[in-house]
Amino acid sequence: MTKLIGQSVKRVEDKRFITGQGQYTDDIVLPGMTYAYILRSPYAHATIKSIDTAAARAMEGVVAVFTGEDIAKAGINGVPTGWQVNFKSGETMKEPPHPLLVADRVKHVGDSLAVVIAESREIAKDAADLIEIDYDVLEAVWNPADAIAADAPQVHEGAPNNICFDWELGNPKAEVDAALAGAHHVTSLDLVNQRMIPNPIEPRSAIGHFESSHDRYTLYTTSQNPHLTRLLMCAFVLGLPEHKVRVVAPDVGGGFGSKIFHYTEEALVIWASGKLGRPVKWTADRSECFTTDAHGRDHVTKAEMGFDKEGNILGLRVKTYANLGAYLSTFAPCVPTWLHGTLLQGVYTTPKINVDVTGVFTHTNAVDAYRGAGRPEATYLLERLLDTAALEMGMDPAELRLQNMIQPFDGVSQPGYMTQVALQYDSGNYQATLHRGLEMVGYEQFRQEQAEARKAGRYLGIGFSTYIEACGIAPSAVVGALGARAGLYEVGQVRVQPTGKVSVFTGAHSHGQGHETTFAQIVADTLGIGMGDVEIIHGDSESVAFGMGTYGSRSLAVGGSAIMKSLDKILEKGAKIAAHKLEAAVEDLDFAEGKWTVKGTDKSIGFGDVALTAYVPHNYPQGVEPGLDFSSFYDPANFTYPFGTHIAIVEVDPQTGKVDLKRFIAVDDVGNVINPMIVEGQIHGGLAQGIGQAMFEGALYDDGGNLINGSYMDYTMPRADDLPSFEVDRLVTPCPHNPLGVKGAGEAGAIGSTPAVVNAVMDALSPLGIFNPSMPMTPESIWRTING
Amino acid sequence: MIPASFSYHKANSVQEALGMLQQHGGDAKLLAGGHSLIPAMKLRLNQPSTLIDIRHIAELQTISVAGDHVVIGAGVTHHQIATNAHIHAHAPILAEAAEWIGDVQVRNMGTLGGSLAHADPAADWPAVMIASHASIEMQSASGSRTVGADDFFLGFFETALQEDEIITAIKIPVAGAHTGSAYKKFMQPASRYAIVGCAVVLTHENGKCTAASIGMTGVSEFAYREKAIEDALVGKELTPENIKHAASLAAKDVTLMSDHFASVPYRKHLASVYAERALVAAAGL
Amino acid sequence: MSTTIHVTVNGKQHTSEVEPRLLLSHYLRDVLRLTGTHIGCDTSSCGACTIHLDGKAVKSCTLLAVQADGAHITTIEGMAQGGALHPLQVGFQEEHGLQCGFCTPGMIMVAADLLDRNAQPSETEIREALEGNFCRCTGYQNIVKSIQHAADIINKKEVVS
Repeated sequence: MTKLIGQSVKRVEDKRFITGQGQYTDDIVLPGMTYAYILRSPYAHATIKSIDTAAARAMEGVVAVFTGEDIAKAGINGVPTGWQVNFKSGETMKEPPHPLLVADRVKHVGDSLAVVIAESREIAKDAADLIEIDYDVLEAVWNPADAIAADAPQVHEGAPNNICFDWELGNPKAEVDAALAGAHHVTSLDLVNQRMIPNPIEPRSAIGHFESSHDRYTLYTTSQNPHLTRLLMCAFVLGLPEHKVRVVAPDVGGGFGSKIFHYTEEALVIWASGKLGRPVKWTADRSECFTTDAHGRDHVTKAEMGFDKEGNILGLRVKTYANLGAYLSTFAPCVPTWLHGTLLQGVYTTPKINVDVTGVFTHTNAVDAYRGAGRPEATYLLERLLDTAALEMGMDPAELRLQNMIQPFDGVSQPGYMTQVALQYDSGNYQATLHRGLEMVGYEQFRQEQAEARKAGRYLGIGFSTYIEACGIAPSAVVGALGARAGLYEVGQVRVQPTGKVSVFTGAHSHGQGHETTFAQIVADTLGIGMGDVEIIHGDSESVAFGMGTYGSRSLAVGGSAIMKSLDKILEKGAKIAAHKLEAAVEDLDFAEGKWTVKGTDKSIGFGDVALTAYVPHNYPQGVEPGLDFSSFYDPANFTYPFGTHIAIVEVDPQTGKVDLKRFIAVDDVGNVINPMIVEGQIHGGLAQGIGQAMFEGALYDDGGNLINGSYMDYTMPRADDLPSFEVDRLVTPCPHNPLGVKGAGEAGAIGSTPAVVNAVMDALSPLGIFNPSMPMTPESIWRTING
Repeated sequence: MIPASFSYHKANSVQEALGMLQQHGGDAKLLAGGHSLIPAMKLRLNQPSTLIDIRHIAELQTISVAGDHVVIGAGVTHHQIATNAHIHAHAPILAEAAEWIGDVQVRNMGTLGGSLAHADPAADWPAVMIASHASIEMQSASGSRTVGADDFFLGFFETALQEDEIITAIKIPVAGAHTGSAYKKFMQPASRYAIVGCAVVLTHENGKCTAASIGMTGVSEFAYREKAIEDALVGKELTPENIKHAASLAAKDVTLMSDHFASVPYRKHLASVYAERALVAAAGL
Repeated sequence: MSTTIHVTVNGKQHTSEVEPRLLLSHYLRDVLRLTGTHIGCDTSSCGACTIHLDGKAVKSCTLLAVQADGAHITTIEGMAQGGALHPLQVGFQEEHGLQCGFCTPGMIMVAADLLDRNAQPSETEIREALEGNFCRCTGYQNIVKSIQHAADIINKKEVVS
């Protein structure tokens, strides 16, 4: 039988999507359905003097109108955050409430004020237009650096100077200060990692369905992790018994982080459904997605790196103001701290590192994990520093990297690499990806071409990024110590049916990643059966014991490993049944090609026969339970650390400032690979998002805190004709600590690519000076960079 | 996104549509391709009480050559213009510009007449109409009239079209011998409307410019003629230097628009750059 | 207030009473329950709602259902004929042209319009034809390959894998 692992098996899930049969949340219609429209604040900061809903309530077809007062009266808590970060002083972070509907003071454009529930979407919208709200508009602040000023408008009463926490990691600051003071050269950059709007193409949607016959609730929602949503909603917001609540995340049209979090609308439709006894559906307009899907990035940073005369890195000092928005989203405090500060070692031997982060509230939508989450911000500042330092010191950026890189280690015969910032890298071969990248790009030839172009007045440039990331964050005990209010394991259940067909239940969730294929490849290979005999079931809190969902490139490393654990148990028990049937000892059996064989004989029994025996246990080993069904929790020993080299080649039109991305080379090492086609697809998508950040995207606010590019007419999404065909390759350094040797591939593209593009523009413009281009590198911004 | 309620009427002829316009008065809107109107209605920025659908009126759907003009029915779609043989032969700048409008789906529905009536300051057609010396035919219950493109665009989303009128056709003079044309556009990257769109029709003999007609869109509150550039070029050799000098006069006497993609100075600079690029292309340099 | 419309969708005739303000995308999804046509934005930008109206790709979120009176409409559900997938559907599966699947129906519908006009488009022509359709998952590269794959099938050329 051909091994499936490692093959580019075509995706099983595609059939429904290419024929229009996918079932997304908004596709679901339940009998008696009502439709919710949420009235949102047009102001970033305003006191609500009065809300008059009488006319809306009176409209024919309106079922109910609820306001913040109703929510407060019902004693409903706000949505919580799932991660606690403490101040340096040890004081816990400020954690202001995030109500489902606001009664008193709105804190960002898009803050929810009232919900109209009606017989149709049209009526709900028409009625919402009749709600009259009297606001007292207040001064707002959107920039984190401004928000900490003494006279800045305050977002929350209990958070002086709008500070949520301050946090520090690494070597004592004095040691880093000393290292930089003694450096031959210090490269210093002021960087803004701009606010990104995730923009999955499917808008968020939620349906609450209360069935009074069983006192049961079902939430259908566009979620990357239905179990966590259930836990947060039941335990912290609505106080509902968890066993009476089912959360289903059906087909989900992309997430990129923004659908990890538990949102107010989910709790609102469940609560309203319980109150009304009818299903309640809410689906966001794109404009609501822009103002309420948790945003990403938004760091204002000063980064300084010191070098000796030979170009060896001596130290790194980073000060970041991280914008958290008005409310703390589910993982918000973790992103700029533990997912950012811990990555500042990069792939370099930097001996002294200190990172200081201030988490800041502003009158903007919440900021949380967006593809990469913290790691792109760390990579951006490191890789910008490296290329800038090379230019400043007159060194080659590739050579400077090679000289400072951590030497290869496999994590088995050689130990993992202990960083200055709390991590132990699992395995790495960083130089190899850079060497491969240089080969693919034709580095020497490019430099010649560039020199020729410069003579002709053309501005060609090359930019590098040699990134590392941390995925599958774990183990639970460690993340708990770092402030996580949940474990970060995964659950995988393998149920062998009596006929030998296999149902696999996972707590991971696929919204584009292809779990239904990749996981099936693992199961089919391990059990020696066909892919067609395996079904992967995900996205339903009732189908599997628990789940932590899909984010942080964790599904295969953690979720796949959980399935592997259950498969081991299946084979172990199967062997006992097989041994009994074959009248042999378990130790005398071999399992291969889907059957157990007595070593050195032709006596064998197939997997299907063993399965049937397990369920029809007439002739059965003593002391063995019937059935063949195991569930496992897998809690990893460590994070996984994918890495790679990204190289961009650009040409800048000096007349207009327009950047043309001519080539993009990505060499990624994500450990072992189950399905190369799917991994490559993940890389492509990540690259488009990372390049999008460098060149096109970014939220813009006016002084009133209004998002001024909150639509596709103003927020530039990368399109097919904006991007080149990417040139990608992979190297393999297996993860030493999980059974599959995999590291994760979902975020690599978005993490590595952004600085490569910016570095390429800096290189292109270097005949004119050493510039620090700001993102996104719009034509006008580059034109201004050139023209001062 | 749901529009506010309205009543809907389908007109089968221009006469019928005019009758409906009279009947429903100022709150009625004509619906052709709907690709400017419906998005605005979905956002409830526009809430007409009545829509009069003129998309099916056959007499608005033709493209023909009559004497020395190409006559384009107002209901002709951008896609039809991009692919029509008469247009390619006699008014090639229209075919070139049509490809720059929106995307293929928009070009399949959106119409020339609808775009002109809407008069978005960043739309492509107005610049092309000005450069092509187009005339716009309009009809009302009391008769018909024709207005030149220069007198049609009057302000920010404002045209010479009256509430009781329908644009019926656009007449474009057939491009003569020794004529070159080009439309060059610097796109707003999100909406893909023009930050600068420069349309140029040049006539030249033995390398000397004998006539120049230049329309600019996206730069100011409405599309306009670049008279200064035209004057600087006519009678001059079409050399790169002369073109550069003439193009540097772009956007001299207009109020420039500004947004987060292009400030006033940058837009002004781009107007010169794109005028130069369009002139170079039209001159065949 | 309501208007009667007659439309032929995927070869099947329908007569419906609709409010004039009902968008064609909502009509297809809510009235006919053809939920393969998706809605991804408010501004006619994303293309997830792309269908064919009388053989041409249009954005059904920017049409009123009443405008489709008398029209022939094809949606993603109508692309496979007699149980056989359309070459574009095959191409998207073979070349991993989709991840979450949400933009896919619109991508396939706009690509079908392209291949009707241009049987052997270049990569640049394909990328330009997709300018009205957003995909956030794939970076577009495999979508381009999927369309090339379909063109090859249609042109009965040997597919080089």
